[in-house]
Amino acid sequence: MAKQLKSQYDVIVVGAGPGGLAAAISAKKNGADDVLMIDRDLELGGILLQCIHNGFGVDTFKEDLPGPSYAQRFIKEAQGVGIDYLLDSMVLDVTSGRKVFVTGTRGGFKELQARAIVIAMGCRERTRAQIGIPGPRPAGVYTAGLAQRWVNVEGYMPGKRFVILGSGDIGMIMARRLTFEGAKVERVLEVMPYLTGLSRNYVQCLMDFDIPLQLRHTVKRIIGKDRVKAVEAVQVDDRWRPVPGTGEMIPCDTLLLSVGLIPENELSQKAGVILDPMTNGPFVDDGFATNIPGVFAAGNVVHVYDLVDWVTKTGLTAGRRAAMFAQGHCNENPVFVPTAAGENIRYVVPHRIDPETLTQDTIMLQMRVTQPMEEAVLVRVTDGDTLIAKKRERYVRPGEMVSLKLRERDYDSVRHAKELRVSVAPL
Amino acid sequence: MRATEKMICIICPMGCNLTVTREGTTVLRTEGNTCKQGLTFAEAELTDPRRMVATTVRVKGAIHPLIPVYTEKPFPKPRIFDLLREVCQLEIEAPVAMNQVVLENALGEGINIIASRDMPRMST
Repeated sequence: MAKQLKSQYDVIVVGAGPGGLAAAISAKKNGADDVLMIDRDLELGGILLQCIHNGFGVDTFKEDLPGPSYAQRFIKEAQGVGIDYLLDSMVLDVTSGRKVFVTGTRGGFKELQARAIVIAMGCRERTRAQIGIPGPRPAGVYTAGLAQRWVNVEGYMPGKRFVILGSGDIGMIMARRLTFEGAKVERVLEVMPYLTGLSRNYVQCLMDFDIPLQLRHTVKRIIGKDRVKAVEAVQVDDRWRPVPGTGEMIPCDTLLLSVGLIPENELSQKAGVILDPMTNGPFVDDGFATNIPGVFAAGNVVHVYDLVDWVTKTGLTAGRRAAMFAQGHCNENPVFVPTAAGENIRYVVPHRIDPETLTQDTIMLQMRVTQPMEEAVLVRVTDGDTLIAKKRERYVRPGEMVSLKLRERDYDSVRHAKELRVSVAPL
Repeated sequence: MRATEKMICIICPMGCNLTVTREGTTVLRTEGNTCKQGLTFAEAELTDPRRMVATTVRVKGAIHPLIPVYTEKPFPKPRIFDLLREVCQLEIEAPVAMNQVVLENALGEGINIIASRDMPRMST
Protein backbone atom coordinates (compact mmCIF):
# COMPACT_ATOMS: atom_id res chain seq x y z
CA MET A 1 0.00 0.00 0.00
CA ALA A 2 1.17 3.58 -0.55
CA LYS A 3 1.99 4.84 2.92
CA GLN A 4 2.58 8.39 1.85
CA LEU A 5 1.20 9.25 -1.54
CA LYS A 6 3.57 11.37 -3.60
CA SER A 7 2.29 14.01 -5.97
CA GLN A 8 4.60 12.92 -8.76
CA TYR A 9 5.51 9.46 -10.09
CA ASP A 10 7.76 8.15 -12.82
CA VAL A 11 5.11 5.67 -13.89
CA ILE A 12 1.46 5.43 -12.86
CA VAL A 13 -0.34 2.23 -13.81
CA VAL A 14 -4.13 2.36 -13.95
CA GLY A 15 -5.46 -1.09 -13.09
CA ALA A 16 -3.79 -3.85 -11.05
CA GLY A 17 -4.86 -6.95 -12.93
CA PRO A 18 -2.30 -9.11 -14.73
CA GLY A 19 -1.52 -6.40 -17.32
CA GLY A 20 -1.05 -3.67 -14.74
CA LEU A 21 0.95 -5.86 -12.36
CA ALA A 22 3.36 -6.92 -15.11
CA ALA A 23 3.70 -3.33 -16.34
CA ALA A 24 4.40 -1.97 -12.86
CA ILE A 25 6.98 -4.67 -12.07
CA SER A 26 8.68 -4.20 -15.41
CA ALA A 27 8.72 -0.39 -15.07
CA LYS A 28 10.35 -0.68 -11.66
CA LYS A 29 12.93 -3.21 -12.84
CA ASN A 30 13.78 -1.03 -15.81
CA GLY A 31 14.76 1.98 -13.78
CA ALA A 32 11.55 3.81 -12.87
CA ASP A 33 12.03 4.63 -9.18
CA ASP A 34 8.55 5.73 -8.23
CA VAL A 35 5.85 3.47 -9.59
CA LEU A 36 2.23 3.62 -8.45
CA MET A 37 -0.58 1.18 -9.27
CA ILE A 38 -4.18 2.29 -8.80
CA ASP A 39 -7.10 -0.13 -8.64
CA ARG A 40 -10.76 0.25 -7.78
CA ASP A 41 -10.97 -3.14 -6.05
CA LEU A 42 -9.98 -3.86 -2.44
CA GLU A 43 -7.16 -6.17 -3.53
CA LEU A 44 -4.52 -6.43 -6.23
CA GLY A 45 -4.99 -9.08 -8.92
CA GLY A 46 -8.01 -7.99 -10.96
CA ILE A 47 -10.35 -10.50 -12.54
CA LEU A 48 -7.86 -13.35 -12.02
CA LEU A 49 -9.07 -13.54 -8.43
CA GLN A 50 -12.46 -14.78 -9.58
CA CYS A 51 -11.02 -17.13 -12.22
CA ILE A 52 -10.51 -20.00 -9.80
CA HIS A 53 -10.18 -22.64 -12.54
CA ASN A 54 -6.84 -24.02 -13.65
CA GLY A 55 -5.08 -23.39 -16.92
CA PHE A 56 -3.14 -20.25 -16.18
CA GLY A 57 0.61 -19.90 -16.47
CA VAL A 58 1.36 -22.92 -18.68
CA ASP A 59 3.48 -20.61 -20.82
CA THR A 60 4.85 -18.18 -18.18
CA PHE A 61 5.62 -20.63 -15.36
CA LYS A 62 5.37 -24.01 -17.13
CA GLU A 63 2.78 -24.84 -14.49
CA ASP A 64 -0.97 -25.26 -14.58
CA LEU A 65 -2.20 -22.75 -12.00
CA PRO A 66 -5.58 -21.40 -10.96
CA GLY A 67 -6.10 -17.66 -11.58
CA PRO A 68 -5.60 -16.53 -7.98
CA SER A 69 -2.25 -18.38 -7.75
CA TYR A 70 -1.08 -16.82 -10.99
CA ALA A 71 -2.04 -13.38 -9.68
CA GLN A 72 -0.41 -13.94 -6.33
CA ARG A 73 3.01 -14.59 -7.85
CA PHE A 74 2.91 -11.16 -9.45
CA ILE A 75 1.37 -9.49 -6.38
CA LYS A 76 4.23 -10.80 -4.23
CA GLU A 77 6.76 -9.65 -6.78
CA ALA A 78 5.22 -6.19 -7.02
CA GLN A 79 5.28 -5.87 -3.26
CA GLY A 80 8.82 -7.24 -3.15
CA VAL A 81 10.27 -4.70 -5.56
CA GLY A 82 8.60 -1.84 -3.70
CA ILE A 83 5.79 -0.68 -5.94
CA ASP A 84 3.29 1.66 -4.29
CA TYR A 85 -0.37 0.97 -4.78
CA LEU A 86 -3.63 2.62 -4.08
CA LEU A 87 -6.68 0.37 -3.69
CA ASP A 88 -10.40 1.02 -3.40
CA SER A 89 -9.70 4.06 -5.56
CA MET A 90 -11.18 5.17 -8.84
CA VAL A 91 -9.30 7.04 -11.53
CA LEU A 92 -11.70 9.70 -12.75
CA ASP A 93 -9.59 11.25 -15.43
CA VAL A 94 -6.29 10.93 -17.26
CA THR A 95 -5.06 13.87 -19.34
CA SER A 96 -2.77 14.04 -22.34
CA GLY A 97 -0.43 15.98 -20.06
CA ARG A 98 -0.24 12.79 -17.95
CA LYS A 99 -2.14 14.05 -14.96
CA VAL A 100 -4.16 11.44 -13.12
CA PHE A 101 -7.18 12.40 -11.05
CA VAL A 102 -8.14 9.77 -8.52
CA THR A 103 -10.60 9.46 -5.69
CA GLY A 104 -11.16 6.92 -2.92
CA THR A 105 -12.92 6.64 0.40
CA ARG A 106 -9.69 6.71 2.40
CA GLY A 107 -7.42 9.03 0.43
CA GLY A 108 -10.04 11.42 -0.89
CA PHE A 109 -9.52 13.29 -4.15
CA LYS A 110 -5.97 13.54 -5.46
CA GLU A 111 -4.27 15.04 -8.48
CA LEU A 112 -1.13 13.15 -9.46
CA GLN A 113 1.46 13.85 -12.13
CA ALA A 114 3.18 11.01 -14.01
CA ARG A 115 6.13 11.05 -16.38
CA ALA A 116 4.55 8.03 -18.07
CA ILE A 117 1.22 6.27 -17.70
CA VAL A 118 0.27 2.67 -18.42
CA ILE A 119 -3.44 2.15 -18.95
CA ALA A 120 -4.38 -1.39 -17.92
CA MET A 121 -8.11 -1.30 -17.25
CA GLY A 122 -8.76 -4.62 -18.95
CA CYS A 123 -12.07 -5.25 -20.63
CA ARG A 124 -15.78 -5.39 -19.93
CA GLU A 125 -18.45 -7.87 -20.77
CA ARG A 126 -21.00 -7.17 -23.43
CA THR A 127 -24.46 -7.03 -21.92
CA ARG A 128 -28.00 -7.81 -22.95
CA ALA A 129 -28.40 -4.21 -24.17
CA GLN A 130 -25.50 -4.63 -26.58
CA ILE A 131 -26.89 -7.72 -28.26
CA GLY A 132 -30.50 -6.57 -28.17
CA ILE A 133 -32.49 -9.56 -26.93
CA PRO A 134 -36.18 -8.62 -27.07
CA GLY A 135 -38.74 -9.41 -24.41
CA PRO A 136 -39.45 -8.30 -20.86
CA ARG A 137 -36.72 -7.53 -18.36
CA PRO A 138 -37.08 -9.99 -15.48
CA ALA A 139 -34.39 -10.75 -12.91
CA GLY A 140 -32.14 -13.63 -13.87
CA VAL A 141 -30.26 -12.26 -16.89
CA TYR A 142 -26.60 -11.75 -16.01
CA THR A 143 -23.23 -11.64 -17.68
CA ALA A 144 -21.14 -14.76 -17.12
CA GLY A 145 -18.32 -12.83 -15.44
CA LEU A 146 -20.71 -11.29 -12.94
CA ALA A 147 -22.05 -14.74 -12.08
CA GLN A 148 -18.44 -15.89 -11.75
CA ARG A 149 -17.73 -13.18 -9.20
CA TRP A 150 -20.86 -14.10 -7.24
CA VAL A 151 -20.24 -17.83 -7.20
CA ASN A 152 -16.47 -17.85 -6.69
CA VAL A 153 -15.82 -14.80 -4.52
CA GLU A 154 -18.98 -13.63 -2.86
CA GLY A 155 -20.69 -16.97 -2.36
CA TYR A 156 -24.05 -16.48 -4.07
CA MET A 157 -25.70 -18.84 -6.54
CA PRO A 158 -27.59 -16.75 -9.08
CA GLY A 159 -30.00 -19.54 -10.07
CA LYS A 160 -30.74 -23.25 -10.32
CA ARG A 161 -31.45 -23.88 -13.98
CA PHE A 162 -29.30 -22.12 -16.53
CA VAL A 163 -29.07 -21.40 -20.22
CA ILE A 164 -25.81 -19.86 -21.36
CA LEU A 165 -25.64 -17.74 -24.48
CA GLY A 166 -22.20 -17.71 -26.06
CA SER A 167 -19.51 -20.36 -26.28
CA GLY A 168 -16.70 -18.08 -25.12
CA ASP A 169 -14.33 -19.39 -22.47
CA ILE A 170 -16.04 -17.67 -19.56
CA GLY A 171 -19.42 -19.10 -20.55
CA MET A 172 -18.10 -22.65 -20.82
CA ILE A 173 -16.10 -22.38 -17.61
CA MET A 174 -19.19 -21.09 -15.80
CA ALA A 175 -21.24 -23.98 -17.20
CA ARG A 176 -18.88 -26.38 -15.42
CA ARG A 177 -18.63 -24.27 -12.29
CA LEU A 178 -22.42 -24.04 -11.90
CA THR A 179 -22.70 -27.80 -12.46
CA PHE A 180 -20.14 -28.29 -9.68
CA GLU A 181 -22.32 -26.18 -7.39
CA GLY A 182 -25.37 -28.32 -8.05
CA ALA A 183 -27.11 -26.30 -10.76
CA LYS A 184 -28.40 -27.71 -14.02
CA VAL A 185 -27.05 -26.14 -17.18
CA GLU A 186 -29.62 -26.93 -19.83
CA ARG A 187 -27.83 -25.64 -22.89
CA VAL A 188 -25.05 -23.50 -24.28
CA LEU A 189 -26.12 -21.59 -27.38
CA GLU A 190 -23.70 -20.09 -29.90
CA VAL A 191 -24.81 -17.87 -32.76
CA MET A 192 -21.66 -18.53 -34.81
CA PRO A 193 -21.22 -21.81 -36.72
CA TYR A 194 -18.12 -22.52 -34.61
CA LEU A 195 -16.99 -22.53 -30.98
CA THR A 196 -15.72 -19.10 -29.94
CA GLY A 197 -13.67 -20.25 -26.94
CA LEU A 198 -10.80 -22.74 -26.70
CA SER A 199 -11.49 -26.33 -27.72
CA ARG A 200 -10.01 -27.65 -24.46
CA ASN A 201 -12.75 -25.85 -22.60
CA TYR A 202 -15.37 -27.49 -24.77
CA VAL A 203 -13.95 -30.86 -23.70
CA GLN A 204 -13.41 -30.28 -20.00
CA CYS A 205 -16.35 -27.95 -19.31
CA LEU A 206 -19.15 -29.15 -21.59
CA MET A 207 -18.43 -32.64 -22.95
CA ASP A 208 -17.29 -33.99 -19.57
CA PHE A 209 -20.66 -33.09 -18.04
CA ASP A 210 -22.90 -33.79 -21.04
CA ILE A 211 -23.88 -30.14 -21.39
CA PRO A 212 -25.30 -29.71 -24.90
CA LEU A 213 -23.84 -27.04 -27.20
CA GLN A 214 -25.91 -25.78 -30.11
CA LEU A 215 -24.08 -23.85 -32.79
CA ARG A 216 -25.96 -21.40 -35.06
CA HIS A 217 -28.46 -20.83 -32.27
CA THR A 218 -29.39 -17.81 -30.25
CA VAL A 219 -31.96 -16.55 -27.77
CA LYS A 220 -34.93 -15.12 -29.59
CA ARG A 221 -36.93 -14.11 -26.56
CA ILE A 222 -36.82 -14.12 -22.78
CA ILE A 223 -39.98 -15.25 -21.00
CA GLY A 224 -40.86 -14.24 -17.43
CA LYS A 225 -42.18 -11.24 -15.59
CA ASP A 226 -40.38 -10.97 -12.24
CA ARG A 227 -37.94 -13.80 -12.85
CA VAL A 228 -36.80 -15.61 -16.00
CA LYS A 229 -39.12 -18.59 -16.63
CA ALA A 230 -37.76 -19.75 -19.96
CA VAL A 231 -35.89 -18.61 -23.02
CA GLU A 232 -36.91 -19.25 -26.58
CA ALA A 233 -33.92 -20.57 -28.50
CA VAL A 234 -33.89 -20.42 -32.26
CA GLN A 235 -31.66 -21.52 -35.10
CA VAL A 236 -30.18 -18.73 -37.24
CA ASP A 237 -29.09 -18.54 -40.86
CA ASP A 238 -25.80 -17.16 -42.19
CA ARG A 239 -26.97 -13.62 -41.54
CA TRP A 240 -28.10 -14.39 -37.99
CA ARG A 241 -31.79 -14.27 -38.95
CA PRO A 242 -34.05 -16.70 -37.07
CA VAL A 243 -35.01 -19.72 -39.16
CA PRO A 244 -38.83 -19.98 -39.01
CA GLY A 245 -40.18 -23.04 -37.28
CA THR A 246 -37.01 -23.74 -35.28
CA GLY A 247 -38.04 -22.04 -32.03
CA GLU A 248 -37.72 -24.08 -28.85
CA MET A 249 -38.75 -23.15 -25.30
CA ILE A 250 -36.10 -24.01 -22.74
CA PRO A 251 -37.40 -23.71 -19.16
CA CYS A 252 -34.78 -22.06 -16.92
CA ASP A 253 -34.50 -19.44 -14.20
CA THR A 254 -31.29 -17.80 -15.31
CA LEU A 255 -29.74 -16.74 -18.62
CA LEU A 256 -26.01 -16.08 -18.59
CA LEU A 257 -24.46 -14.03 -21.34
CA SER A 258 -20.96 -14.82 -22.53
CA VAL A 259 -21.16 -12.78 -25.69
CA GLY A 260 -17.84 -11.06 -25.91
CA LEU A 261 -15.52 -8.70 -24.14
CA ILE A 262 -14.77 -5.11 -25.05
CA PRO A 263 -11.56 -3.31 -24.07
CA GLU A 264 -12.38 -0.72 -21.43
CA ASN A 265 -11.14 2.59 -22.80
CA GLU A 266 -13.28 5.32 -21.33
CA LEU A 267 -10.28 6.79 -19.52
CA SER A 268 -7.95 6.38 -22.48
CA GLN A 269 -10.28 8.42 -24.62
CA LYS A 270 -10.32 11.21 -22.05
CA ALA A 271 -6.55 11.39 -22.47
CA GLY A 272 -7.00 11.70 -26.25
CA VAL A 273 -5.98 8.13 -27.07
CA ILE A 274 -7.29 7.13 -30.49
CA LEU A 275 -9.00 3.75 -30.70
CA ASP A 276 -9.05 1.19 -33.49
CA PRO A 277 -12.71 0.41 -34.26
CA MET A 278 -11.73 -3.21 -35.06
CA THR A 279 -10.25 -3.95 -31.63
CA ASN A 280 -11.93 -1.20 -29.56
CA GLY A 281 -8.46 -0.68 -28.11
CA PRO A 282 -5.83 1.98 -28.77
CA PHE A 283 -3.70 2.06 -31.89
CA VAL A 284 -0.34 0.91 -30.55
CA ASP A 285 3.23 0.44 -31.70
CA ASP A 286 5.48 -2.50 -30.81
CA GLY A 287 6.20 -0.92 -27.40
CA PHE A 288 2.47 -0.55 -26.76
CA ALA A 289 2.77 3.23 -26.94
CA THR A 290 -0.49 4.93 -27.90
CA ASN A 291 -0.74 8.09 -30.00
CA ILE A 292 -0.38 10.21 -26.83
CA PRO A 293 3.30 10.55 -25.89
CA GLY A 294 4.01 8.82 -22.60
CA VAL A 295 0.73 6.90 -22.50
CA PHE A 296 1.18 3.14 -22.91
CA ALA A 297 -1.39 0.34 -22.88
CA ALA A 298 -1.09 -3.13 -21.34
CA GLY A 299 -3.19 -6.26 -21.64
CA ASN A 300 -6.86 -6.55 -22.54
CA VAL A 301 -7.28 -2.79 -22.83
CA VAL A 302 -5.46 -3.18 -26.20
CA HIS A 303 -7.37 -6.18 -27.51
CA VAL A 304 -8.85 -9.16 -25.76
CA TYR A 305 -6.28 -11.93 -25.39
CA ASP A 306 -7.05 -15.64 -25.13
CA LEU A 307 -4.43 -16.25 -22.47
CA VAL A 308 -3.24 -14.35 -19.44
CA ASP A 309 0.32 -15.28 -20.34
CA TRP A 310 0.04 -12.90 -23.28
CA VAL A 311 -1.41 -10.18 -21.10
CA THR A 312 1.63 -10.53 -18.86
CA LYS A 313 4.02 -10.40 -21.81
CA THR A 314 2.50 -7.22 -23.22
CA GLY A 315 2.42 -5.71 -19.73
CA LEU A 316 6.14 -6.36 -19.37
CA THR A 317 6.81 -4.63 -22.69
CA ALA A 318 4.53 -1.67 -21.97
CA GLY A 319 6.03 -1.22 -18.50
CA ARG A 320 9.61 -1.31 -19.77
CA ARG A 321 8.84 1.22 -22.49
CA ALA A 322 7.01 3.43 -20.02
CA ALA A 323 10.08 3.37 -17.74
CA MET A 324 12.31 4.25 -20.70
CA PHE A 325 10.02 7.12 -21.63
CA ALA A 326 9.99 8.38 -18.03
CA GLN A 327 13.79 8.42 -18.09
CA GLY A 328 13.97 10.05 -21.51
CA HIS A 329 15.46 6.93 -23.18
CA CYS A 330 13.19 6.48 -26.17
CA ASN A 331 13.89 6.44 -29.85
CA GLU A 332 13.10 10.10 -30.52
CA ASN A 333 12.13 9.93 -34.17
CA PRO A 334 11.06 6.43 -35.04
CA VAL A 335 10.20 5.72 -38.68
CA PHE A 336 7.23 3.43 -38.21
CA VAL A 337 6.13 0.73 -40.62
CA PRO A 338 2.37 0.13 -40.44
CA THR A 339 0.87 -3.34 -40.23
CA ALA A 340 -2.22 -4.22 -42.23
CA ALA A 341 -4.87 -6.93 -42.22
CA GLY A 342 -4.87 -8.94 -45.47
CA GLU A 343 -6.80 -12.00 -46.56
CA ASN A 344 -8.83 -13.65 -43.74
CA ILE A 345 -7.30 -11.40 -41.09
CA ARG A 346 -9.59 -9.25 -38.99
CA TYR A 347 -6.89 -7.18 -37.32
CA VAL A 348 -3.20 -7.06 -36.48
CA VAL A 349 -1.67 -5.78 -33.23
CA PRO A 350 0.59 -3.80 -33.00
CA HIS A 351 -0.66 -1.37 -35.60
CA ARG A 352 2.81 -0.07 -36.43
CA ILE A 353 6.31 -1.10 -35.61
CA ASP A 354 9.64 0.65 -35.24
CA PRO A 355 12.11 -1.54 -37.20
CA GLU A 356 14.92 -0.44 -34.84
CA THR A 357 13.29 -2.57 -32.13
CA LEU A 358 14.40 -5.64 -34.10
CA THR A 359 18.06 -4.78 -33.51
CA GLN A 360 17.54 -5.56 -29.80
CA ASP A 361 14.39 -7.61 -29.50
CA THR A 362 11.81 -9.69 -31.30
CA ILE A 363 8.37 -8.31 -32.15
CA MET A 364 5.27 -10.46 -31.89
CA LEU A 365 2.53 -9.75 -34.41
CA GLN A 366 -0.83 -10.98 -33.14
CA MET A 367 -3.85 -11.50 -35.31
CA ARG A 368 -7.38 -12.73 -35.27
CA VAL A 369 -8.75 -14.43 -38.34
CA THR A 370 -12.17 -13.68 -39.78
CA GLN A 371 -13.10 -17.22 -40.80
CA PRO A 372 -12.03 -20.56 -39.35
CA MET A 373 -9.90 -22.76 -41.63
CA GLU A 374 -9.69 -26.36 -40.49
CA GLU A 375 -6.69 -27.26 -42.63
CA ALA A 376 -3.01 -26.43 -42.78
CA VAL A 377 -2.52 -22.77 -43.63
CA LEU A 378 0.33 -20.39 -44.26
CA VAL A 379 0.41 -17.09 -42.39
CA ARG A 380 2.43 -14.62 -44.46
CA VAL A 381 3.77 -11.14 -43.83
CA THR A 382 4.28 -9.37 -47.12
CA ASP A 383 5.09 -5.95 -48.48
CA GLY A 384 3.67 -5.89 -52.01
CA ASP A 385 5.32 -8.90 -53.67
CA THR A 386 8.05 -9.24 -51.08
CA LEU A 387 7.67 -12.01 -48.51
CA ILE A 388 9.02 -10.84 -45.17
CA ALA A 389 8.07 -13.65 -42.83
CA LYS A 390 5.86 -16.73 -42.81
CA LYS A 391 4.56 -19.35 -40.48
CA ARG A 392 2.64 -22.59 -40.89
CA GLU A 393 -0.39 -23.25 -38.75
CA ARG A 394 -2.30 -26.52 -38.63
CA TYR A 395 -5.57 -24.60 -38.59
CA VAL A 396 -6.82 -21.13 -37.70
CA ARG A 397 -9.91 -20.20 -35.72
CA PRO A 398 -11.34 -16.80 -34.75
CA GLY A 399 -11.34 -17.87 -31.10
CA GLU A 400 -7.60 -18.57 -31.07
CA MET A 401 -5.18 -15.75 -31.65
CA VAL A 402 -2.48 -16.26 -34.27
CA SER A 403 1.03 -15.08 -33.39
CA LEU A 404 4.01 -14.53 -35.64
CA LYS A 405 7.41 -13.44 -34.41
CA LEU A 406 9.57 -10.97 -36.31
CA ARG A 407 13.26 -11.43 -35.56
CA GLU A 408 16.54 -9.63 -35.97
CA ARG A 409 17.08 -11.40 -39.30
CA ASP A 410 13.95 -9.64 -40.59
CA TYR A 411 15.35 -6.20 -39.74
CA ASP A 412 16.50 -5.25 -43.25
CA SER A 413 13.35 -6.30 -45.03
CA VAL A 414 11.12 -4.66 -42.40
CA ARG A 415 13.13 -1.44 -42.52
CA HIS A 416 12.60 -1.16 -46.26
CA ALA A 417 8.94 -2.14 -46.19
CA LYS A 418 6.08 0.28 -46.79
CA GLU A 419 3.69 -1.93 -44.88
CA LEU A 420 3.56 -5.35 -43.25
CA ARG A 421 0.46 -7.02 -44.58
CA VAL A 422 -0.52 -10.23 -42.84
CA SER A 423 -2.67 -12.78 -44.64
CA VAL A 424 -3.72 -16.38 -44.16
CA ALA A 425 -4.37 -18.84 -46.96
CA PRO A 426 -4.49 -22.62 -47.33
CA LEU A 427 -1.09 -24.18 -47.95
CA MET B 1 -10.87 -54.77 -31.60
CA ARG B 2 -9.13 -51.99 -33.45
CA ALA B 3 -10.91 -48.66 -33.50
CA THR B 4 -10.15 -45.03 -34.12
CA GLU B 5 -11.63 -42.09 -32.33
CA LYS B 6 -11.35 -38.33 -32.25
CA MET B 7 -10.18 -36.55 -29.13
CA ILE B 8 -9.22 -33.02 -28.28
CA CYS B 9 -6.13 -32.86 -26.13
CA ILE B 10 -6.59 -30.63 -23.08
CA ILE B 11 -3.03 -30.62 -21.77
CA CYS B 12 -2.33 -27.11 -23.02
CA PRO B 13 -4.39 -24.28 -24.55
CA MET B 14 -3.49 -25.37 -28.10
CA GLY B 15 -6.14 -28.10 -27.93
CA CYS B 16 -4.79 -30.39 -30.65
CA ASN B 17 -7.34 -32.49 -32.53
CA LEU B 18 -6.19 -36.05 -32.10
CA THR B 19 -7.08 -39.11 -34.12
CA VAL B 20 -6.42 -42.03 -31.81
CA THR B 21 -6.06 -45.57 -33.12
CA ARG B 22 -6.53 -48.08 -30.33
CA GLU B 23 -6.84 -51.76 -29.61
CA GLY B 24 -9.15 -51.92 -26.60
CA THR B 25 -7.65 -49.42 -24.20
CA THR B 26 -4.18 -49.65 -25.71
CA VAL B 27 -3.22 -46.72 -27.90
CA LEU B 28 -1.53 -47.89 -31.09
CA ARG B 29 -1.08 -44.49 -32.72
CA THR B 30 -2.05 -40.85 -32.32
CA GLU B 31 -2.16 -38.36 -35.15
CA GLY B 32 -2.69 -34.62 -34.99
CA ASN B 33 -0.78 -33.99 -31.77
CA THR B 34 2.00 -31.43 -31.96
CA CYS B 35 3.89 -32.81 -28.98
CA LYS B 36 4.34 -36.13 -27.22
CA GLN B 37 1.93 -35.12 -24.44
CA GLY B 38 -0.86 -35.88 -26.90
CA LEU B 39 -0.04 -39.59 -26.64
CA THR B 40 0.09 -39.41 -22.83
CA PHE B 41 -3.29 -37.70 -22.81
CA ALA B 42 -4.90 -40.24 -25.15
CA GLU B 43 -3.58 -43.16 -23.07
CA ALA B 44 -4.89 -41.62 -19.85
CA GLU B 45 -8.28 -40.83 -21.39
CA LEU B 46 -8.78 -44.49 -22.28
CA THR B 47 -7.63 -45.98 -18.99
CA ASP B 48 -7.75 -43.42 -16.16
CA PRO B 49 -9.18 -40.04 -17.21
CA ARG B 50 -8.33 -37.27 -14.78
CA ARG B 51 -9.08 -33.58 -14.47
CA MET B 52 -7.87 -30.70 -12.37
CA VAL B 53 -10.73 -29.69 -10.09
CA ALA B 54 -11.12 -26.17 -8.74
CA THR B 55 -13.80 -25.08 -6.32
CA THR B 56 -14.23 -22.99 -3.17
CA VAL B 57 -14.26 -23.65 0.58
CA ARG B 58 -15.94 -21.56 3.26
CA VAL B 59 -13.52 -19.46 5.27
CA LYS B 60 -14.11 -17.62 8.55
CA GLY B 61 -12.58 -14.30 9.51
CA ALA B 62 -11.39 -13.26 6.04
CA ILE B 63 -12.40 -10.40 3.75
CA HIS B 64 -14.30 -12.91 1.59
CA PRO B 65 -16.65 -15.71 2.68
CA LEU B 66 -14.91 -18.22 0.36
CA ILE B 67 -11.40 -19.23 -0.53
CA PRO B 68 -10.59 -20.84 -3.89
CA VAL B 69 -8.99 -24.29 -3.70
CA TYR B 70 -7.86 -26.92 -6.21
CA THR B 71 -6.54 -30.42 -6.56
CA GLU B 72 -2.74 -30.33 -6.57
CA LYS B 73 -2.80 -33.01 -9.27
CA PRO B 74 -5.46 -34.14 -11.76
CA PHE B 75 -8.20 -36.08 -9.97
CA PRO B 76 -10.00 -39.21 -11.27
CA LYS B 77 -12.84 -37.93 -13.42
CA PRO B 78 -15.51 -40.42 -12.26
CA ARG B 79 -15.07 -39.26 -8.65
CA ILE B 80 -15.25 -35.49 -9.19
CA PHE B 81 -18.74 -35.13 -7.73
CA ASP B 82 -17.85 -37.28 -4.71
CA LEU B 83 -14.91 -34.97 -4.17
CA LEU B 84 -17.07 -31.86 -4.45
CA ARG B 85 -19.52 -33.23 -1.87
CA GLU B 86 -16.62 -33.80 0.51
CA VAL B 87 -15.05 -30.39 -0.05
CA CYS B 88 -18.33 -28.55 0.41
CA GLN B 89 -18.47 -29.80 4.04
CA LEU B 90 -15.26 -27.96 4.91
CA GLU B 91 -14.91 -24.68 6.68
CA ILE B 92 -11.52 -23.23 7.52
CA GLU B 93 -10.24 -20.30 9.51
CA ALA B 94 -8.28 -17.33 8.15
CA PRO B 95 -5.43 -16.60 7.76
CA VAL B 96 -4.83 -19.08 4.95
CA ALA B 97 -1.62 -19.30 2.93
CA MET B 98 -1.41 -20.19 -0.75
CA ASN B 99 -0.72 -23.93 -1.23
CA GLN B 100 -1.86 -24.68 2.33
CA VAL B 101 -3.43 -28.13 2.45
CA VAL B 102 -7.16 -27.77 2.99
CA LEU B 103 -7.99 -31.46 2.63
CA GLU B 104 -5.34 -34.15 2.80
CA ASN B 105 -5.45 -37.29 0.68
CA ALA B 106 -8.91 -36.51 -0.68
CA LEU B 107 -11.13 -39.63 -0.88
CA GLY B 108 -8.01 -41.70 -0.34
CA GLU B 109 -6.78 -40.89 -3.84
CA GLY B 110 -3.46 -39.57 -2.54
CA ILE B 111 -4.19 -36.07 -3.81
CA ASN B 112 -4.33 -33.02 -1.55
CA ILE B 113 -6.71 -30.11 -1.98
CA ILE B 114 -4.77 -26.88 -1.57
CA ALA B 115 -5.59 -23.17 -1.29
CA SER B 116 -5.13 -21.14 -4.48
CA ARG B 117 -4.17 -17.93 -2.69
CA ASP B 118 -3.31 -16.27 0.58
CA MET B 119 -6.24 -14.97 2.52
CA PRO B 120 -5.27 -12.79 5.45
CA ARG B 121 -7.32 -12.48 8.58
CA MET B 122 -9.60 -9.49 8.35
CA SER B 123 -8.28 -6.62 10.43
CA THR B 124 -11.03 -5.31 12.67
